[in-house]
Amino acid sequence: MQKQLLLGDEALAQGAIDAGISGIYAYPGTPSTEITEYVQKSKEAAEKGIRSSWSANEKTAMESALGMSYAGKRAMVCMKHVGLNVAADGFINSAITGANGGLIIVAADDPSMHSSQNEQDSRFYGKFALIPILEPSTQQEAYDMVRYGFDLSEKLGTPVLLRITTRLAHSRSGVVRKESKEQNKLKLPSNLRQFVLLPVIARKQYKELLSKQTEFEQESAHAGFNQYFDADDKKLGIVACGISHNYLMENYPDRKVPHPVLKVGQYPLPLKMVDQLYESCDELLILEDGYPIIEESIKGVLNKGKKIRGRLDGSLPRDGELNPNIVGRSLGFQHEEGLEIPDFVAPRPPKLCKGCSHHDAFMALNEALSGYSKGRVFSDIGCYTLSALEPLEAINTCVDMGASITMAIGAAEAGLVPSVAAIGDSTFTHSGITGLLDAVNNKTPITILILDNSTVGMTGGQKSSALGRIEQICMGVGVEEEHIKVLKPLRKQHDENVKAIQEELKYNGVSVIIPRRECIQTLNRRMRAKHKAKTANIS
Amino acid sequence: MKKDIILAGVGGQGILSIAATIGTAAIANGMHLKQAEVHGMSQRGGDVQSHLRISDEKIASDLIPQGQADLIISVEPMESLRYLPMLKREGWLITNTAPHVNIPNYPDIEKVLEKIKSLPRHVALDADKMAKDLGSVRATNIVVLGAAAPFLELAIEKLENAIRSIFKTKGKEMIELNLNAFRAGLAVAEKAS
Repeated sequence: MQKQLLLGDEALAQGAIDAGISGIYAYPGTPSTEITEYVQKSKEAAEKGIRSSWSANEKTAMESALGMSYAGKRAMVCMKHVGLNVAADGFINSAITGANGGLIIVAADDPSMHSSQNEQDSRFYGKFALIPILEPSTQQEAYDMVRYGFDLSEKLGTPVLLRITTRLAHSRSGVVRKESKEQNKLKLPSNLRQFVLLPVIARKQYKELLSKQTEFEQESAHAGFNQYFDADDKKLGIVACGISHNYLMENYPDRKVPHPVLKVGQYPLPLKMVDQLYESCDELLILEDGYPIIEESIKGVLNKGKKIRGRLDGSLPRDGELNPNIVGRSLGFQHEEGLEIPDFVAPRPPKLCKGCSHHDAFMALNEALSGYSKGRVFSDIGCYTLSALEPLEAINTCVDMGASITMAIGAAEAGLVPSVAAIGDSTFTHSGITGLLDAVNNKTPITILILDNSTVGMTGGQKSSALGRIEQICMGVGVEEEHIKVLKPLRKQHDENVKAIQEELKYNGVSVIIPRRECIQTLNRRMRAKHKAKTANIS
Repeated sequence: MKKDIILAGVGGQGILSIAATIGTAAIANGMHLKQAEVHGMSQRGGDVQSHLRISDEKIASDLIPQGQADLIISVEPMESLRYLPMLKREGWLITNTAPHVNIPNYPDIEKVLEKIKSLPRHVALDADKMAKDLGSVRATNIVVLGAAAPFLELAIEKLENAIRSIFKTKGKEMIELNLNAFRAGLAVAEKAS
């Protein structure tokens, strides 16, 4: 078959389509968004009837995928690393229930925080849940691992975590496809209590999961994604996990590393291979993008054995993603440096687009709050987080999806009144509704701005679960109708918007203000498509 | 043959179309390719860059090592300088000279251009103006690609075919516009090199 140029994310998606998934579940989040988008745009996926619309959040996505697995079909659920925190309850417990139809959880990590608030390493979650983890180093491996992962999941009755990092997710290369598999038929678990995690059942299931660990390790040893390359110079042995193997090879133009190398793509670690490397080499260098998980486990807390080098002893930086130069330096290579960046080159940080509705909303909020002391605006995850920077400097927090409303509650209860929450429409339906219910139940004096640009803007304009439902949801949760106000965030309506916000700031209860104007990016895209359709009609 | 290319610009300037065109031509030549892109937050009017690597042989890293890039191709002059540490001593810098000013502290453009012109191997052209003269400023990126074409060691015909296939869905007019943009850029580069 001919090679197709695919992003790492797209290779996962095509791999899943070809492996016979019946559904993909996800909430958008960089760098994982393109996986689901690829399936949504795929004609093949449409013909096969693969379900692929967005879920309200990662937890609902995870549980829906588990339900599909219960029914005997193959499901993939995709999220960015912090999304796995949201899905963690279902994720950890899915290891106890086990899988029926194949189940793969894709977590896309973001070392160096290109588009995230931390660089947590999802391999910890896999270890925590005691399930197999796959970590591709190339787009082809990403494709192949999905196929293998589903087979493994069904063979051993376990969910499988597939961990990818930004660099591979968003890097394109040639991928050769395999023949496409049919979807599974509907087939319930033979034991209809398997998914009932009552303590009496869960204890049994947990023991079963523990007893599977040896098989998981056997799979790691034999599936072919962990490879041992022997070499003569045994002063050093190298463990290269995932994409770090590419950086290692880049440092040897002839692709011959003089030291023994263990290339790792599957966990739990293949113990025999690790042992062979440890016993035959004087010291080890551990390359892993993310946290020093493998380094730590080989070292052990007492660190009384051979010298283990990596992120913990300073051979590699403790944070940030790796690259060929960093890996090269840890091997003692000097690199030719290019010219320096001239000092007049100014940083060009991302910012709100020209004409963005959030800009006008925050201009109004800033003025409405001008009579109060600073530091009252609790915000959230989305494009609008950029309003923390100059020139708006409008918000004071951004922690996790939904934390704006709940943190405003705590601050108001501590005496900071008024406290304001500023949350996007999609973030609100993702994780804001339960917080709003808390506020309503306690009649907490907070003013909530639900910034409604009618899309998931930051990740490129995906459909928002909140579309056309915000007022209904707020009323349903119990916000008083007279304290739900919809504004049009436009410069010409600035004064009346300021006045409306000010009135609600004075109200001693829960107010919801909804500045509503479509995202300028999706609007432009819609207009271009309309124009194209029109000209096509004429010709 | 092996070329390591840094593509640079500001979010929305179309560096990924340049990458896609070169990539399509390289694949048609049976070459290997790796291309690391920037998505997400950094795209919102911030600086963007892409590492594009094409080679007859298998490519290891998705990222180009520092000081190893053969070319910097930039749709914005200040952005072209941000990646100088990536460029080989004997590498070429190809850039648009029309600044994209969306920050308050954009440096004096004369200073920027002076630095670019001080480099021994560079092609600098006002691609904004050239594209506008050809009919649309949206073809700026492909003017810059044209100016980079002689340094890519790919047949011009293959690159033109790649343009035809990349802009296939946008209609005949867009294909013509971009082919003209490509040829205009190429003509400038042929004089410079």
